[in-house]
Amino acid sequence: MLDKIQHILIALLGGISVTISVTLGALIIAVLLGLLLGVVRSFTKWKLLRFTIDVYVELFRNIPALAILFIIYFGLGSVGLRLGSVTAAILGLGLIGGAVLCDVFRAGFSALHSGQREAAIAIGMTPYQTIRLILAPQAIRIALPPLGNYAIQLLKDTSIASAIAAPEIMFFARTLVTSTFETTLIYICAAGIYLLLSLPLFRAIQSIEKRFGVGR
Amino acid sequence: MESPLLQIKDLHKSYGSLEVLKGIDFSVSKGEKVAVIGPSGSGKSTCLRCVNFLEKPSRGHIILDGERVGVKPGSDRLMSDAELAPQRAQMGMVFQLFYLWPHLTVLENVSIGLRKVQGVPSNEASEIAMDMLEKVHLGNKANTFPGLLSGGQQQRVAIARALAQRPKLLLFDEPTSALDPELVGEVLNVIQELADEGRTMLLVTHEINFARDIADRVIFMDGGVVVEEGPARELITNPQAERTRVFLSKIEK
Amino acid sequence: MIEFLEVYVKYGSQWFPRMADAALVSASLAFAGFIVAFAIGLMLSIFQRSPLRLLRFVATIYVVVFRGIPLLAILFLLYFGLPGIGVTMSAFTASAVGLGLSFGAQMAEVFRAGLEAIHRGQREAAIAVGMTPLQAFRFVTLPQAVRIISPSMLVTFIVLLKDSSLCALITVNELMLEGRALATEYFLPLNIFVAIGVFYFLIAWPLSLLARTMDARIRAKQTRTL
Ligand SMILES: Nc1ncnc2c1ncn2[C@@H]1O[C@H](COP(=O)(O)OP(=O)(O)OP(=O)(O)O)[C@@H](O)[C@H]1O
Ligand SMILES: [Mg+2]
Repeated sequence: MLDKIQHILIALLGGISVTISVTLGALIIAVLLGLLLGVVRSFTKWKLLRFTIDVYVELFRNIPALAILFIIYFGLGSVGLRLGSVTAAILGLGLIGGAVLCDVFRAGFSALHSGQREAAIAIGMTPYQTIRLILAPQAIRIALPPLGNYAIQLLKDTSIASAIAAPEIMFFARTLVTSTFETTLIYICAAGIYLLLSLPLFRAIQSIEKRFGVGR
Repeated sequence: MESPLLQIKDLHKSYGSLEVLKGIDFSVSKGEKVAVIGPSGSGKSTCLRCVNFLEKPSRGHIILDGERVGVKPGSDRLMSDAELAPQRAQMGMVFQLFYLWPHLTVLENVSIGLRKVQGVPSNEASEIAMDMLEKVHLGNKANTFPGLLSGGQQQRVAIARALAQRPKLLLFDEPTSALDPELVGEVLNVIQELADEGRTMLLVTHEINFARDIADRVIFMDGGVVVEEGPARELITNPQAERTRVFLSKIEK
Repeated sequence: MIEFLEVYVKYGSQWFPRMADAALVSASLAFAGFIVAFAIGLMLSIFQRSPLRLLRFVATIYVVVFRGIPLLAILFLLYFGLPGIGVTMSAFTASAVGLGLSFGAQMAEVFRAGLEAIHRGQREAAIAVGMTPLQAFRFVTLPQAVRIISPSMLVTFIVLLKDSSLCALITVNELMLEGRALATEYFLPLNIFVAIGVFYFLIAWPLSLLARTMDARIRAKQTRTL
């Protein structure tokens, strides 16, 4: 039994690096895009820009990740825009994450008292300085716990990339099943690996919540 | 005669159909301390906030040191917040609710404007900020975060922050009315010390006795207009207008 | 762009009825999964408030485990894995159970947040007017909790609905699988998956708007009374 588990784990190990790269790649896109969209959506006076961002967010938040990956990988692939499966997964999950985090950062900004901004412009800060030095650091702090939850969700969602043949953990598991027939054990092991990968993230969220506390 | 440091001319402000300021005129000379008093809702805060354009006036002129605030010279176009920044930097403002920045230390709250707005090098900015904190008797709190301070201490940090701007004019909007009674004194003392240094101040306050002692001149506002203005002691002890008299007698109780 | 849209004019009458049928399967799958999730979530939140340490421990472990494991792994385990040890279910049953197990953990969090959001004074006031603790829960805490959590419950349902698309990978004949079938039949994956995306959007978006309106209303009420 232990032998088998060891054998399976070693076989699945090959997928971990892809799982982690997809998670990190998508996370980076999501944070940068989400912060950009969140800031612009919160502060621009331009109605059309606000509307465009709203459309983007609503679309990506109300369509399943699997559909988006299929559109990018099979759909765009069929019209000549062929992406690798890992690239497609990073891009698709990152674009979805951008929409999710746009809302998260927006909520962070709108939680701030208007006096925070007023005090900044009153000492002569420009709007850009006010956002960068005063508002964004506070909004990001407020956004950290939901950001952590998003990261855990993202880690799990990378498993969806197996459906477009990205060689991550689930993909390895599915391949392994066809050659060994130890299906139950294989999927339990795969689940266990995800769980182990997510534990440090849980820890991180807890310590963030403790550190910055509620109501600061 | 030298022209006043701050001139407010025919200032109007409406929120929708509600006209809050109905033509305010007064001025503040260099070194002068002017207190604005009046019943709640009379438009005192709005007037003060129009001075540094936190509220955009509906009509009228704000002139600081000969320069029109908030309006592009040679045109009638209002300035954007970015264009306003250098003018706002010349006026320090102290808010009723302090509005310190919770993610920065006390020292950083005071020095950030020096570094980022005035372009003072970091070391020097910290030194100046430290001097300002000493001035408000909070040198020992430089490295704590504002959330750990009492209301009175927070307000004194906010005053230090305004001083660090090296402002031509200090604006106070009821700086003690959010404080527990036992903390009011320490803040008033600091303001008194600044007054003694000869700084120019425009102060909205409910502390009538303090206004009488500290101010050269008192302005009584009601219903969006200046009802009466005059030398502090005179206006408060012997008001001319009926409305002023009613207001003061209510406060006395 | 015009060409892209012309495809829908040409094939729409063949595609859309099939997609609509499959969308119904998706919807019933989501409902079935949600009912299981609701039951598990309720049970977990009772466990969480139980005086018995063991039950609280079970609830904690459950939430940590199921928040850390991808839905897809659960679905594969239930559908492909369990037959290996002699447990067989239909794809639909496996999906409903899998969605329920996975989202049960989230529902537990929703319930917990709802109960915590109610000011302690509410319960204390109820007891002060002479209610028993049970009555206080039944007549004061519970009705308020239901109202407070209904938007987040709806949001959870929307996420569950979207994630039900993964059940295509264990052969449930829902919207996503229909999309793949059509894509292999017609060789127009971009058009077909975009249409599938639009189908999901048309179901999920109105629900999202509803959840937001409900949330805003509750917030407005809360600021008025503590
Ligand atoms: N942003 C706003 N929108 C609409 N009405 C406003 C706004 N700000 C102030 N007002 C109204 O303008 C009037 C004057 O307000 P202001 O705050 O200037 O009064 P105040 O004299 O400072 O009163 P207090 O002593 O209570 O601070 C009030 O009736 C207030 O309701
Ligand atoms: Mg006021």
